[in-house]
Amino acid sequence: MVVAPPMLTSTISNSEAAPAKTNFGADWEKTFSTLLGLGRAAGADFIEFFLERVNYINCLAEDDAITSIAPRISTGAGVRVFVGQADCYVSTNDLTFKGLKLALEKALSIMGLQLPAPSAFVPEVYLEPLRDYVALRGKDAWLDGCSSMAEMGDVLLAANGQLNKTASHVQARRAAYFRDWQEVLVAASDGTFARDMRLTQSVGYNLLCADGDHRSSINKRVGSTGEPGFLRNWAYSNDAEEVADSAGKMLYAGFVESGSYPVIMANEFGGVIFHEACGHLLETTQIERKTTPFLEKKGEKIAHENLTAWDEGISPNAFGTIDMDDEGMPAQRTLLIENGILKNFISDRAGSMRTGHPRTGSGRRQGYSFAPASRMRNTYIAPGEFSMDDLFGSIDKGLYCKKMGGGSVGPTGEFNFAVDEAYLIENGKITKPQKGATLIGTATDIMDKISMCSKDLGLAAGFCGSVSGSIYVTVGQPHLKVDGITVGGR
Amino acid sequence: MLDIDTLAAQAETLSKKLNISKYDISGSAIDSTSVQIDQGKPKQVKASQRSSVTVRVWNDAGTIGIASTSDIDMEGMELALKTAKEASNFGNKENIPGFSPEAKTPVADLKHPKVAPLPVNALIEKLAAAETELLGAHEAIDSLPYNGISQTESEGFYVNSDGARRVDGGTSAVTYLYTKAQEEDRRPRSAGAYRVGYGVEELDLKGCIAETAEKTISHLGYDKIETGKYTVVFSPEAMLSLVGAFSNMFNAQNILDNMSLSDKDSLGKELASPKLSVYDDELHEANIGASTFDGEGTPTRRVALIEKGVLTGFLHSAGTAKRLDAKPTGHANLGAKVTVSPNFFHIAGGEGGDLSLETAENVVYIDELSALHAGVQAMQGSFSLPFDGWVVNKGQKVSVESATVAGDIRELLKNIAQVDVEEKQTPSGVAPHIWVEGLSITGE
Repeated sequence: MVVAPPMLTSTISNSEAAPAKTNFGADWEKTFSTLLGLGRAAGADFIEFFLERVNYINCLAEDDAITSIAPRISTGAGVRVFVGQADCYVSTNDLTFKGLKLALEKALSIMGLQLPAPSAFVPEVYLEPLRDYVALRGKDAWLDGCSSMAEMGDVLLAANGQLNKTASHVQARRAAYFRDWQEVLVAASDGTFARDMRLTQSVGYNLLCADGDHRSSINKRVGSTGEPGFLRNWAYSNDAEEVADSAGKMLYAGFVESGSYPVIMANEFGGVIFHEACGHLLETTQIERKTTPFLEKKGEKIAHENLTAWDEGISPNAFGTIDMDDEGMPAQRTLLIENGILKNFISDRAGSMRTGHPRTGSGRRQGYSFAPASRMRNTYIAPGEFSMDDLFGSIDKGLYCKKMGGGSVGPTGEFNFAVDEAYLIENGKITKPQKGATLIGTATDIMDKISMCSKDLGLAAGFCGSVSGSIYVTVGQPHLKVDGITVGGR
Repeated sequence: MLDIDTLAAQAETLSKKLNISKYDISGSAIDSTSVQIDQGKPKQVKASQRSSVTVRVWNDAGTIGIASTSDIDMEGMELALKTAKEASNFGNKENIPGFSPEAKTPVADLKHPKVAPLPVNALIEKLAAAETELLGAHEAIDSLPYNGISQTESEGFYVNSDGARRVDGGTSAVTYLYTKAQEEDRRPRSAGAYRVGYGVEELDLKGCIAETAEKTISHLGYDKIETGKYTVVFSPEAMLSLVGAFSNMFNAQNILDNMSLSDKDSLGKELASPKLSVYDDELHEANIGASTFDGEGTPTRRVALIEKGVLTGFLHSAGTAKRLDAKPTGHANLGAKVTVSPNFFHIAGGEGGDLSLETAENVVYIDELSALHAGVQAMQGSFSLPFDGWVVNKGQKVSVESATVAGDIRELLKNIAQVDVEEKQTPSGVAPHIWVEGLSITGE
């Protein structure tokens, strides 16, 4: 038996070559093995490297002209060092061996550690064989399969033309598209070594209509992951019709009267209510901060018995779908709430370490300049047993929130959502369009008031901003009834 | 940090190689460190060094293309220039911008101090001491879920193929403290404050701690508010955030795009109460992170937007200024489509009046507006926003449990009842307290 000789610090040179920054593959094993070993030798409990390449482009059509095509190319790396439960994150644009080693040294020094003396042993970390989702899932050709700049322009101009034919009282119309191609490589001192590629695309309309002092603006956006032909297959005629119809109805809408109403929330982007009011409060980030009312509630009833909810990263082509998270853990399906009972939290590595809840493949970040955190993926309320007639028929006077705007949740669980398109419900029927509504409440109150879910689960693409930056997520739900919620208006 | 001469020389060499005769480049380099603590110990420390540049090229047909990159070595710059050149083939053929006519005129000399960064341990110690003091300020304060101190050194630059060279930069530091407090059988409450400075040593940590503690304690005794119309007093921060959310009123690019509440004939028209005057002033002494030029190299300056209620000016890029027969104002962001955005608002202190929180009855004081990204319909002029604040009755404050304020920005500006004399400097601008009559508050 031959024993491999141990490496000494003095044998590691700053001028050591790292593989090319345009090739994230198994070639990086030696570099990471050495750097992770150096970190361990310095006394760190855990070290993780994250490499990222991005090729992004957005394109904007305004009325009948392409007014912007903006590509962005970036490369960067982040290194995270744990000592106990405390961690430090250092990011850099320099992907040379020297640059990565400097970043590691900086992180170590911030944590009160330093590289070992030249004569010290460096116990290099033996990494798993590269877990390469690019090869496993055939993602290499994704970027080349996407629309060219010329095709982007052609599709958006055709789509904007269609909107002009469909809508009336148009003041401004926009069609906007982006493609975000990201390649990541993760290596960690527990042996994790994994590569992935994500292709996220989104396209949509923004329509502004005006007639005298009456104005309405409606947005509609669709998104996908892992579909190179997404833009060329965009069914823009359907979306144009929907946007034009909504803008037309909202143009002369009156302002909603403030008060407390029963509300029916539409499916698809209506799911933002669960995302904000509950989803964020199930992230271990919130448990660490003790800013969630669900802190000690695992196994307890936190919602109406008719409510079941999931968070997962596996639905094909959904906006929040990922093969692995940004810590190299494969995605999974996580049951959050089952018939009103809290089953699981959403956890990343640090969150798991600090709270004891198991990792769920939810360590996500916007890019290399952010440390990962526990974040949602595709999050939705499961379909129920009620019909739409059951929902509407149960309300004498209420509000139908057909199209939700954005929302947010504060550190005490208070949430708010804007409603872009709403209608009065009178005696079980949809009647007058209403604008200017904001829904406010607290998570613990509303979860018990989601009393009826219909069968028509629908998902929608969304963007979520939080501690680790802006990420792509799916929100979703069937049509559902909230027994009572405060509606801010005039 | 950046070596602008090297970068300019790289660009010149590469543009010749790629047959690009007209280009400009805008970019920045940032070096920052931040800390966050939990129960006296560091929870997360972050450090980053990052650069980014945006290159814009004009092709032989005169259309433009851009590309951005974080790779500012020769390889990265070459790829960016090539990509921009490719994109230029699809550039807009109408209203093509040129270089700013002011890209080489002198810029202001800000003389902002450049402060050396402190060691990370010093940041942690300061933050831990702040946490201890706040936790001891009231027995109901149980944690600081959001807290941090960061220090940043940044540099920005602009170069073009016509010989323009601009670079400036500075240092800044920020601290924020956000508490969570809870009394038995009551809802949790929270409040926060933040401070900025050129360096950590000069941050007003004591003031930040005192403000956070005072606000948190004042929110413990909360109550519901009855829905109705109220006279509202906006804090300087709240009014600045509202004006910012509707800045399309002043934005020349938005006006040209039909995406504004104003149009090109709005100048000279009465937009607000005569008590109100609003300026945008990047060079204001309170603006810690001021830049002396914008993304097109145009010098920044003070611009009068509203004077005595009358709309007097718009924010311009070089392109919008040319189209509207005006001068660029230093508000451009370089892009395939150059965008315009405000820099640093200054709402001027007014003449004051009889209204006072000590004597007014049943007025709502709005300290902070939330969720502006969701509750503002910028193109419709309407807003419906959650807020933190108090009902004030002859000087007695009762925290509002949960409520929204709604209205129309144009009506709000017309219904200003009083602009207080004293201005407050905030990180996002300078403003006095402003009293507005007849706003809708939704509570119970």
